[in-house]
Amino acid sequence: MSFLIDSSIMITSQILFFGFGWLFFMRQLFKDYEVRQYVVQVIFSVTFAFSCTMFELIIFEILGVLNSSSRYFHWKLNLCVILLILVFLVPFYIGYFIVSNIRLLHKQRLLFSCLLWLTFMYFFWKLGDPFPILSPKHGILSIEQLISRVGVIGVTLMALLSGFGAVNCPYTYMSYFLRNVTDVDILALERRLLQTMDMIISKKKRMAMTRRTMFQKGEVHNKPSGFWGMIKSITTSAPGSENLNLIQQEVDALEELSRQLFLETADLHATKVKFWSQHISFILVGIIIVTSIRGLLITLTKFFYAISSSKSSNVIVLLLAQIMGMYFVSSVLLIRMSMPLEYRTIITEVLGELQFNFYHRWFDVIFLVSALSSILFLYLAHKQAPEKHMTP
Amino acid sequence: MASLDRVKVLVLGDSGVGKSSLVHLLCQNQVLGNPSWTVGCSVDVRVHDYKEGTPVEKTYYIELWDVGGSVGSASSVKSTRAVFYNSINGIILVHDLTNKKSSQNLYRWSSEALNKDLVPTGVLVTNGEYDQEQFAENQIPLLVIGTKLDQIHETKRHEVLTRTAFLAEDFNAEEINLDCTNPRYLAAGSSNAVKLSRFFDKVIEKRYSLRDSNQIPGFPDRKRFWGGTLKGLHYD
Repeated sequence: MSFLIDSSIMITSQILFFGFGWLFFMRQLFKDYEVRQYVVQVIFSVTFAFSCTMFELIIFEILGVLNSSSRYFHWKLNLCVILLILVFLVPFYIGYFIVSNIRLLHKQRLLFSCLLWLTFMYFFWKLGDPFPILSPKHGILSIEQLISRVGVIGVTLMALLSGFGAVNCPYTYMSYFLRNVTDVDILALERRLLQTMDMIISKKKRMAMTRRTMFQKGEVHNKPSGFWGMIKSITTSAPGSENLNLIQQEVDALEELSRQLFLETADLHATKVKFWSQHISFILVGIIIVTSIRGLLITLTKFFYAISSSKSSNVIVLLLAQIMGMYFVSSVLLIRMSMPLEYRTIITEVLGELQFNFYHRWFDVIFLVSALSSILFLYLAHKQAPEKHMTP
Repeated sequence: MASLDRVKVLVLGDSGVGKSSLVHLLCQNQVLGNPSWTVGCSVDVRVHDYKEGTPVEKTYYIELWDVGGSVGSASSVKSTRAVFYNSINGIILVHDLTNKKSSQNLYRWSSEALNKDLVPTGVLVTNGEYDQEQFAENQIPLLVIGTKLDQIHETKRHEVLTRTAFLAEDFNAEEINLDCTNPRYLAAGSSNAVKLSRFFDKVIEKRYSLRDSNQIPGFPDRKRFWGGTLKGLHYD
């Protein structure tokens, strides 16, 4: 009886996840496309549903919800279904849709997609060889074998993405912090872009006119395509088409330039538009400053207690006051960058003509040096520590 | 002939509908062999004979600006694209006949482009939705082109063509449905070619009648064409 109740709970949650995956597919992923093959949407939603159910089962395991035997049953069921989907269903359909896109193989797409799937299975199996996976005492198609291979691929993917994210996120975030994009920069870049477009247009006008006069004269312009085309173009070349090829090359270079300029402009726009992130970053920086002030004061206090004596206390207090003052002034310098524009002017006025960029660069350099040396220091300390414990 | 007779036509539409193939077909009368993603904007030039076959025939360069991207892009990409929307004389809206979403997105594309230099008549267009008044007062000629006609099965053709006819009516524009990989759809003398020619003629007329009202001195050909108002131009 309890098994039935538990199963119905599981099934309801699975249906909920399925619906969520379906909606996500329709509203987000396929926002600009028309869904013609509903199979794809179903497979996506099913995979999503079963993946979420696995997390749900983990939570149930921790909380102790549901009967343990029914949990075990659903675990097994879930694992089997997910492995079936990941190893058999999805790769097969991927192969099928790839093959359907190629016009040549369209007729025998089932055959070719089966071939693709068999190739995938071969490499998937070969994946097991260099890794420490369970010995072949569990049979060829057991769950352990499949999971171990899926695990290898999944863990590799996660590590790759995490590594990239860890480096990329602070990199882009710091660039938004430190770059100050003005409207003037954007306008200048846009003007360059439009000038490049004008140059492309004037060259294309010449080409169009040349082509027209050639057409009227009865000459035909053959674009040198392929190997034989190139050989032919060397021996027989009308002066008109030679001219055209030259201009075409110039146009290609200019078009590449225009693409680069467009991407740069888009990048500048993106950096400029980070208005809200400026405000949020200001709040964050404020929090960081408050905590660092508190930390600084606590550290100073500890330091003071540690090294002061009746004679040197005055000197030390004054030294600490000096350090504190310099620290706060530099914080104001650095915080200027993260402030919304309207508040920035007062600091600039008050602090005068300073090379603010220099301070940021300098901050970066010292930060980097300090981070690297802390890593080194901690590594050495870590190495020293177990040895200290070992030697009695 | 180069700088005075500039006519700029935008080609807008979703990614992958076939704008680059279409522009290549219109400008070079050849099928594009290797279509690839358009980054930014690609321009091509079409040599067009205004009022072909009449005594006042004149050749113009029509610039076709093929702006790539998707209508749901980030606002930074949209503001970058906006630099191409200056002083346009005509818009060609391209949609994919096999993809209904691309047809629906045309409303947003046209709003994005027309909001750039809309005459301030007090019409408020909020978040790119369709506004009937905006299209009624629009001065810029529009043309709706549906691509990938060959991929529509015979049985569904009627339904698809009815839908696109409504679409073109909404924009107050002519429509052409074709397949960009087959030049015969735009063969000389076909109804599509006539519609296209009429569209470009309209673009040129709108452009030069505006210049006429600004009364720029020293434009030598003006007196040849325009005896008076636009109404005097109906040749039979």
